[in-house]
Amino acid sequence: MQSWLPVPESASTLSGDVDALYFYIWGVTIFFTLLISVVVIFFVIRYRRRNPFEIPRPIEGSHKLETLWSVIPLLIAITFFVWGAKLYFAQYKPAQNAIEVYVVGKQWMWKFQHATGQREINELHVPVGRKVKLIMTTEDVIHDVFVPAFRIKADVVAGKYTTEWFEATKPGTYNFFCAEYCGMNHSGMRGYVVVMEPTEYENWLSGNAGQTSPAAAGRNLFESLGCISCHGANAEGGRGPALLGVYGSKVVLNNNSSVTADEGYIRESILNPQAKLVTGFGPIMPSFQGQISEEQLLDVVAYIKSLSTTKPEQATAKPAPSATPSTGAKPSATPK
Amino acid sequence: MEEFEIPKQPGSNYLNAEYGLKSWLLTKDHKRIALLYLGAISFFFFIGSLYAMAIRLELLTPQGDLMQSSTYNKTFTQHGIIMVFFFLIPSIPATLGNFLIPMMIGAKDLAFPRINLLSWYIYMIGGVITIYALLAGGVDTGWTFYVPYSTTFSNSYVIATGLGIFINGFSSILTGLNFIVTIHTMRAPGMTWFRMPLFVWAHYATSLIMILGTPVVAITILLVALERLAHIGIFDPAAGGDPVLFQHLFWFYSHPAVYIMVLPAMGVVSELIANFSRKNIFGYKFVAFSSLAIAVLGFLVWGHHLFVASQSVYAGMIFSFLSFTVAIPSAIKVFNWTATLYKGSISYDTPMLYGLGFIGLFTIGGLTGMFLASLATDVHLSDTYFVVAHFHYIMVGGTLLAYLGGLHYWWPKISGRMYPEGWGRFSALIVFVGFNLTFSPQFLLGYMGMPRRYHTYPAELVSWQVLHVLSTAGASILGVGLMIPLVYLAWSLRYGRIAEANPWHLPGLEWQTASPPPTENFLTTPIVTHEAYEFAPPEHKEVVGKFERQQPAET
Repeated sequence: MQSWLPVPESASTLSGDVDALYFYIWGVTIFFTLLISVVVIFFVIRYRRRNPFEIPRPIEGSHKLETLWSVIPLLIAITFFVWGAKLYFAQYKPAQNAIEVYVVGKQWMWKFQHATGQREINELHVPVGRKVKLIMTTEDVIHDVFVPAFRIKADVVAGKYTTEWFEATKPGTYNFFCAEYCGMNHSGMRGYVVVMEPTEYENWLSGNAGQTSPAAAGRNLFESLGCISCHGANAEGGRGPALLGVYGSKVVLNNNSSVTADEGYIRESILNPQAKLVTGFGPIMPSFQGQISEEQLLDVVAYIKSLSTTKPEQATAKPAPSATPSTGAKPSATPK
Repeated sequence: MEEFEIPKQPGSNYLNAEYGLKSWLLTKDHKRIALLYLGAISFFFFIGSLYAMAIRLELLTPQGDLMQSSTYNKTFTQHGIIMVFFFLIPSIPATLGNFLIPMMIGAKDLAFPRINLLSWYIYMIGGVITIYALLAGGVDTGWTFYVPYSTTFSNSYVIATGLGIFINGFSSILTGLNFIVTIHTMRAPGMTWFRMPLFVWAHYATSLIMILGTPVVAITILLVALERLAHIGIFDPAAGGDPVLFQHLFWFYSHPAVYIMVLPAMGVVSELIANFSRKNIFGYKFVAFSSLAIAVLGFLVWGHHLFVASQSVYAGMIFSFLSFTVAIPSAIKVFNWTATLYKGSISYDTPMLYGLGFIGLFTIGGLTGMFLASLATDVHLSDTYFVVAHFHYIMVGGTLLAYLGGLHYWWPKISGRMYPEGWGRFSALIVFVGFNLTFSPQFLLGYMGMPRRYHTYPAELVSWQVLHVLSTAGASILGVGLMIPLVYLAWSLRYGRIAEANPWHLPGLEWQTASPPPTENFLTTPIVTHEAYEFAPPEHKEVVGKFERQQPAET
């Protein structure tokens, strides 16, 4: 199952690149460790004390050598930096056209919810050859989703959404671990990513169909929590801004700055509505902090996302669809 | 070397000048305070080692069979807290630094002898509170105290332990302050900055970090306690706080703290390499300034602990680059030590074996830091056993080896007795082998994906268990290697050969007085006319041959 090299299975589009960098740094490490060891051992033998009274000739030092052994390590370090940074950028760049899976960590289990409604605990089924983006948060302490076979890891932080993505290249079952210490059963907070052939995956999806999709569940919450009274029965707006098409758009705020309405912004606007008020709207929305679980919150976010067909990366030029009287207008009421 | 003249001393030395418990507990002599510290940190090291053995035994099998998860979590937490705050940080500065800095610069004592004693009492109060917390039920947050686990979720003695560490921090601050003032104001006539032994330079750099960094961790721990008690909302997002802010504050101190641990060790190794090759250090100024460069750059790299903690990608890139720059002064030191050996007269005494071992292990420890400073590899490696292996190479392979080397080197000066050389060399070898067997498998474990702070691991991963078994076997060897010096050093206090004033025949000022030294260190204030590590006085010129000595720039 595993190769003889002490590396975990390599099963994502980026895992081979990470391995290449890893082996490159090992090459340099082994080279310099051997160089220093061989030179030290040679000197220690060659210049061993032969008579108790000998005093060797002092040597002051050499600016040339100092420059040489400062510049060479610096140049090598810069190659590590550039390579590592480039790959890191690819690792954390938001994935386009990815299957989105919502992840909620809690002491000591993982809950996954697919956009199509399937919910899983400590197991995640994904198709091979498709990008999968995890949108993650936690109900309690900081956790971390670490899949060694994909060489990915990201903390799951209370109070915000973090993301990571992967594209599996080989069907199989891979371990994943919680990699941020989270209390008593930390080492039990692990599970498996099951990577399937696309047809198998379709079968799995249909075999587990019938569960409410997050967007539909979010729609129900949108009604039961009373969001409709201000945002409109179909989120068309009213006393509150319209939410149709808001996801992924640039929203102009009452201080004339603007923000892209991503998952994090929607989350913040539900839990702390006064933080970033849309221009033209007063601070009248109550906070839903403590009244809605992380999973419910993700459902509402999924519903609001479903009202928009654009992706955030593609929507930068799109104007804010909310009912703004005029750009640059003073807010009708100032937040307290 | 016989020409060095050592003044005849009267019978009294710092050990027999006064007797009785009170003479120790109220002493203002930096040498006695160093011994008080030596006793205390040895005790804490012993406790920390017991936790380490418990961890290694538990990990022999994938299941949790020695203890429960909650006990295991407390075990690694307490191992970390005791080793970091009560052993590694004070280890070299508070014992060897305390004993030797005044002697190396030709002073009678530190600038503030009473504050020096106070810092020991503060350390002990912090230690007693921490021990109380461990006995009362222990703490399970990890030594890093990450929120919101430590503020809201942990049911263990977080505040008591935090208080112990908070108090202990002041001992570090006072020690740092004392060293800085001493080095600035108490140098003997002729002891210019560039004649100071590199041990003193290293402690100067360390002291800067102690007084600039330690207050930040004290404030951070205070905030954790306030958040836990009063829920003030600094770190809790529900109350408008940010849990990642804690990580920034914590690592702003705790990364430089790594340099508090390793810079003094580098100072010791500079002494060992130069003195046991009878050579001046190659590139003295480069080695001296590299300590300061490490101290300064060390404050700019804390964000490399947050590459996967939802820090911005661009902040990650800046911290990654700055982290690589710290590698340069560290590399300069390693190359200069190596070059110092060239055409030296190298002895194989125990301290030198530790010094040479340090170079090898520090090189590996430093180079494996490159994997973690490099962003993409750190994503895979952070919070795995690779990190555990890396920092143990720096802290155990680096600091502990240098500490043991320094202890052997200055043992004749401290105790007035020689340790048994054969046993010394033997145990140095055992420590080196045991150390490598313990921690090198952990690099592989980490890349294979074993997360740190794991009580159990998947049984189907047989290779993980094999590596854990190797590591535990190594830890047993390391344990034996550390017990041997404990026994023979204690033995030597009574039965060791009486040490001469200058048993190694060295030019350093600390050797130009009796062993053990008198309370005031020197009978007359020394006047310094030589640079550090000057082994070739003018009368030896013809023995040396072609060498023409340059006149020092300043006199």
